Amino acid sequence: MSAVTTGSLHEAAPATIRRQLDRDDVLMRVGIALLICWLFFTIALPLWALLSKSFQNQDGQFVGLANFITYFSTPALFQSVWNSLYVAILSTVIVLPLAFAYAYALTRTCMKWKGLFQALALIPILAPSLLPAISLIYLFGNQGFLKELLLGGSIYGAGGIVIAQVFYCLPHALMILVAALSMADARLYEAADALGASKVRIFFTVTLPGAKYGVISAGFVVFTLVITDFGIAKVIGGRFNVLATDIYKQVIGQQNFEMGAVVGIILLLPAILAFAADRIIQRRQVALLSARAVPLEPKPEPRRDWAMFAFCAVVGGLIFGILLVSFWASLITRWPYNLTLTLKNYFFGDFDTNGWEAYWNSVILALWTAVIGTGIVFVGAWLLEKSRGFAWGRGIAQLLAMLPMAVPGLVLGLAYIFFFNAKWNPLGFLYATMAILVINSVTHFYTVSHLTATTALKQLDPEFEAVSASLRVSLLRTMVRVTVPVCLPAVLDISIYLFVNAMTTVSAVIFLYSTDTKLASVTIVNMDESGFTAAAAAMAMTIVFTSAGVKIAHVLLTRRLERTTQAWRRR
Amino acid sequence: MSIATNHNPDGAPYLRIERLTKQFGSFTALKDIGLEIYPGEFVCFLGPSGCGKTTLLRAIAGLDIQTSGRIFQGGKDISALPSSHRDFGIVFQSYALFPNLSVSANVGYGLVSRGLPKVEIETRVNELLHLVGLPDAGRKYPAQLSGGQQQRIALARALALSPGLLLLDEPLSALDARVRSHLRVEIRRLHQRLGVTTIMVTHDQEEALTMADRIVVMNHGVIEQVGTPTEVYRKPASAFVADFVGTTNFLNAVVAGPGHVRLGDINLACELDVHFGPGNDVTLAIRPEDVVVRNIGPATPNTFDARIAEIEFLGSFCRVGLAINGELAGGPPALVADFSINAVRDLAIAEGKVMPVALPPDRLRVFARPPQAP
Ligand SMILES: Nc1ncnc2c1ncn2[C@@H]1O[C@H](COP(=O)(O)OP(=O)(O)O)[C@@H](O)[C@H]1O
Ligand SMILES: [Mg+2]
Repeated sequence: MSAVTTGSLHEAAPATIRRQLDRDDVLMRVGIALLICWLFFTIALPLWALLSKSFQNQDGQFVGLANFITYFSTPALFQSVWNSLYVAILSTVIVLPLAFAYAYALTRTCMKWKGLFQALALIPILAPSLLPAISLIYLFGNQGFLKELLLGGSIYGAGGIVIAQVFYCLPHALMILVAALSMADARLYEAADALGASKVRIFFTVTLPGAKYGVISAGFVVFTLVITDFGIAKVIGGRFNVLATDIYKQVIGQQNFEMGAVVGIILLLPAILAFAADRIIQRRQVALLSARAVPLEPKPEPRRDWAMFAFCAVVGGLIFGILLVSFWASLITRWPYNLTLTLKNYFFGDFDTNGWEAYWNSVILALWTAVIGTGIVFVGAWLLEKSRGFAWGRGIAQLLAMLPMAVPGLVLGLAYIFFFNAKWNPLGFLYATMAILVINSVTHFYTVSHLTATTALKQLDPEFEAVSASLRVSLLRTMVRVTVPVCLPAVLDISIYLFVNAMTTVSAVIFLYSTDTKLASVTIVNMDESGFTAAAAAMAMTIVFTSAGVKIAHVLLTRRLERTTQAWRRR
Repeated sequence: MSIATNHNPDGAPYLRIERLTKQFGSFTALKDIGLEIYPGEFVCFLGPSGCGKTTLLRAIAGLDIQTSGRIFQGGKDISALPSSHRDFGIVFQSYALFPNLSVSANVGYGLVSRGLPKVEIETRVNELLHLVGLPDAGRKYPAQLSGGQQQRIALARALALSPGLLLLDEPLSALDARVRSHLRVEIRRLHQRLGVTTIMVTHDQEEALTMADRIVVMNHGVIEQVGTPTEVYRKPASAFVADFVGTTNFLNAVVAGPGHVRLGDINLACELDVHFGPGNDVTLAIRPEDVVVRNIGPATPNTFDARIAEIEFLGSFCRVGLAINGELAGGPPALVADFSINAVRDLAIAEGKVMPVALPPDRLRVFARPPQAP
């Protein structure tokens, strides 16, 4: 017998081998099927309900494009498209250079107090978008104490929206740009230096191209945030209509659900386009940083460093100032007539029937969202990352998991009304409960959490599962014993992200709360509408304090975790 | 006494692979592979990067199932079994140790879920740690060990359940040279002690030559040759093997008649396959150390004159460039030979000298030219 049996004379092609499934495979496939079901019911079907609603009349009959034709032939409605694009583009154009310079100062200079400036710039993330708008009204509104600076102009309208958006979007752009600018290969700079390139030339030929994809990504993020944000336009937009406020007016004001659906679809378009464009461009990005790259250590350059310090002090100061204005406003008896300090604006029961209950509802929502969301997201990402075979199932789940990113909160909320409120839907019992708010929040913030979890899982050695199988240990056990402990920092990040966002979001929940489940952020809108601006500021501040507290606890916990696990974590 | 080398062609193979093919989309990574591995053998899959070694190993482990073809282990058809139902231990280049578990917990990972009593697990873990020479590492975490130590732990973990088959995928490639050669010996010793059938993937020919009972040389998804290290080195089955394993001279020649080829004006006797006919273009292969320069007499076959064109001193021997045929007066070397320092001294070999050399017929390999594209 020969050791090698060479492939013999052309026989029929041998049969394809199909691997038998073991218990892990079966469990994981069931898990993926459940994940697909979950995503199907929480994102795909609601969007479908929204889509079909936009093609129906008030009696539920199919009317083709009639609603869209009405929309585009009504100048009062159609104007909002241009208005939305205008503020979104203007805000993006302002935020990008500011955020870039700020990120540059944080990553590429030897400026003092970097930590402080970084923390300052991230403050707006902890606040609802309504907060900067409220502060601006106190500063420049009809009774604002800096009103004269506007020389007779009005803060209500595009100007106010853009300023507030710049405040609100800056940290989002900043995080992306800091990440992009921290990745730099010192060897490139040394080479450019050795070739005698000027500082300006190095900036334009090395620094900027290196951060190109970060800038593009940040641009899309800001554009999408602005065009889909509801709170700022609601509070400070005045008679300047944008798409987000139009939806609200159509649905809540005029009960015209069909026209609301049309505006929702239109709002979906730029968000989806921006999302798709960003994905395509990011895919082109090749790894700029090879494994041999030498990290760039900025060298002191007093003139530049101090100039950047001044810049950051101004920007960071303004951000903190805007926060302080709201805080101060929340402590004043009666603006502008009685400036004595008081806590009575925090007696929310005097301004809104739900009082403090709304705040506790928000906390409960945020907790549930963090717990349930982290569980579903992490297990889901684990299933998609670690299961074998079943490519089509994983593909569908992956696609559905990316979908929420492209859907603005307001549109998602509206889609939920149509889906969960439909007469035929057996899930209708969820309508107007805390559960639907939790489901909505988990879905709204699903994609970012999913990507965080996936990134963390990808950093694990892909052979852990192979080793487990060879030792005949179930993958589930390996997940509990190894995967989760190693990914714990990412798990914490996800839960905090979900908590803070569920705490601060307005747009996703404005259509879905009931009298029993009214939320803090919704109360802010209501109190502002009723003229209780000081109470609105106070409620906004309680949200800020809560998310800041959670964030600080997160930092402390992460530090502790790093200490207790440093024995096995590589430096 | 070693049971490792007794691969007995008459006994039943432990592992048999039949007509195995693996496709990634339209790319064929493994083509119609057939192979038999005998109980207790240490087999190396050797080949350049990307030739399909890992793919074959993973098919054997059931980690990436083959597209078609069958695999039998211990007489049982395991072709479609999931990894968890197969009997093997595996070690990766990356170690793949669980970073958050202590060394003991890593080694005992598979034992714990068997539900063995705690004492028994502890005893077994200690035994394994002794076996790999790290009896005191139990309480440490993998990150606190060196690369070589981590790889030993991975080895201990793979052996914990006493698998019938041990699979090693480039286990030494991530280590530095000194640790590598040390661990080579250790793995080999471990194998002889346990007698477990072992397959090791490597792209390092030296590793394969020193460790394997048999080497499976692979290229572009096919097996080029299977044989003992001596066979593979002495009698490479193809020009590829001759080139990939060790250093080889390749010379263009033409078949002159049965058992004879012509290299320019030189007529050479050699072992010639029957399917070569006169006038066929062939490639002659001979290793530098097989070129003979001592004790050449009138009866020595395949003797001809060569001019010493270059000498490179390499310590215990010299690598010498020989100009032959029409280049005796001057010209580039066509043939590289390794001569011992002794020979160089005794024969006063120096640049420019013309002297007789011989190419022993049993050392000459003849391949069709151009080498058939695999
Ligand atoms: N999952 C995969 N998808 C597509 N191609 C693959 C995959 N895994 C391996 N290959 C390809 O198969 C060939 C053999 O790979 P591999 O077995 O890893 O080679 P090596 O001999 O270096 O271990 C390579 O060309 C590789 O690019
Ligand atoms: Mg490999």
